Amino acid sequence: MWDDMITRVDVEHIGWLASIKIEDDEKDKLVEQFNSILEYFHQLDEVDTEGVEPTYRVVELANIFREDVACPSLSQEEALRNAPRRENGYFKSPRIV
Amino acid sequence: MLMELREQLLSGSAEDYLSKLFLKIERSSLNGFTSLARESALQQAREFDKNPGKGRLAGVPIAIKECISTKGIETNCSSNILRGYIPPYDAHVIQQLKAEGAIIMGKTNMDEFAMGSSTETSCFGPTRNPWDLDCVPGGSSGGSAAVVAGGEAPCALGSDTGGSVRCPASFCGIVGLKPTYGLVSRYGLIAYANSLEQIGPLTRTVEDTALLMEVIAGHDERDTTSAEGKRSYLPIKEGVSGLKIGIPREYFGEGVNKEVERAVWDAINTLEGLGATWKEVSLPHTKHALAAYYVIAMSEASSNLARFDGLRYGLRLGEDKDWHTTFSDIRAKGFGPEAKRRILLGTYALSAGYYGRYYLKALKVRTLIKEDFLRAFKDVDLLAGPTMPIPAFRIGERINDPLSLYLADVFTVPINLAGVPAISVPCGFAGHLPVGLQLIGRHFDEATVLQAAHTFEKATFFHEKMPEVI
Repeated sequence: MWDDMITRVDVEHIGWLASIKIEDDEKDKLVEQFNSILEYFHQLDEVDTEGVEPTYRVVELANIFREDVACPSLSQEEALRNAPRRENGYFKSPRIV
Repeated sequence: MLMELREQLLSGSAEDYLSKLFLKIERSSLNGFTSLARESALQQAREFDKNPGKGRLAGVPIAIKECISTKGIETNCSSNILRGYIPPYDAHVIQQLKAEGAIIMGKTNMDEFAMGSSTETSCFGPTRNPWDLDCVPGGSSGGSAAVVAGGEAPCALGSDTGGSVRCPASFCGIVGLKPTYGLVSRYGLIAYANSLEQIGPLTRTVEDTALLMEVIAGHDERDTTSAEGKRSYLPIKEGVSGLKIGIPREYFGEGVNKEVERAVWDAINTLEGLGATWKEVSLPHTKHALAAYYVIAMSEASSNLARFDGLRYGLRLGEDKDWHTTFSDIRAKGFGPEAKRRILLGTYALSAGYYGRYYLKALKVRTLIKEDFLRAFKDVDLLAGPTMPIPAFRIGERINDPLSLYLADVFTVPINLAGVPAISVPCGFAGHLPVGLQLIGRHFDEATVLQAAHTFEKATFFHEKMPEVI
């Protein structure tokens, strides 16, 4: 085992960070599954990566620029069509404050 | 196959052909299609019958995975959180297909958000393997593979993040290609792990895959990782004389089903008989590829799937409460267990204090895995091994043990981490279930991959075998 096993409190915190509500009766199972998967991930500790650069993308591309020209895009109506709630041509969100 | 189909359609009727497919799908027990674009497809077929046009895929129906955006046709990643979403635009690959006259016949089932290797995590229930209805078709593009293998569509598109085209191709006895990263535009592909995934064809023959690649590959400025240049894949060069094939030692032995191993060695011997030479090579970091892959994929997923909040599209529940509670409730209800697991673990891996330990570490291991391939390719032109260590397993057998499901991806994920191209071609059977041979090439060297796969196919009969369900 390793030093930072996940607990029920951790699962609640991760759920909050990820904006996914976790029901009480799900927590024990998630704790168990997460710990078994994380234990597997700890195999990575065996690998010596001293001086190795991380690979963010596999195919090297330099910055790609284009002219700053306006092109056709979605109309307001098309962009809003899939929104479950809208008002006066806007997406309607829940209250923020 | 597709070349002959085009001749048939020209002398016969695309409408008849398509109507027969739709009839077959209605009576099917595969659950491969999630929705059919019946009216628009039949309309297009009638237009073809009047005026066939010159497109390279004119009149040819194609099935599209649920995560590839199709204008006017629901695209939901087989997830409740996105049910009802109708894209207002086409993915780049769909535009390309349409420009060549292909007919979008419907959408196919997948693991929710492409997270799985069995197509069991779909909100539409599992797809069945045409070779054995009690078995999974593989995943995540299981619907696309099953409908092609089951004769319900002549060809399909899937997406491959860690094997999601090659695994179901292998389990269903068809051809599936994961192109070099950057070769096919991801514009309109709903992202799961964007640094790993590519759209790829699922077809009955290697030549069909090459034809679809001619249509879908190429530069697109709307995908910032899209590679420059236009490449040609047809005609495929035939013969493997002088080709040097590397056999990665780590792709055989423990954990590999004996019948799978035998079929793959038979295939290597066949290629040798056709003039290729082979030697053993080593990809020493293979053992750590799975852990690196899952850390990276989950981390990217947690970021990519943050957009599903019910605001612009998708599920919205009852009365709005405050911002955080509303979104947390929607996401709890909308995502299935595997999607939640990956988002949560990815969130954890990226969270303060753990970023270096998991995500950054995995990215460094990714470098070592990529270097394994580059080193091997100094010596050999291709690598060959099994696509999957096992044949298709039974529905329900592994779904409650996530880690055992992840372990089946051991030979497919290193390819996505390295970004190289790989194909799965039918090479035999384990009992009554198909086995796939995986051929892996250098970056942007699809031509050699297709050449070896095509030559092997021409010398064997596995691709001609059809499941009884047909």
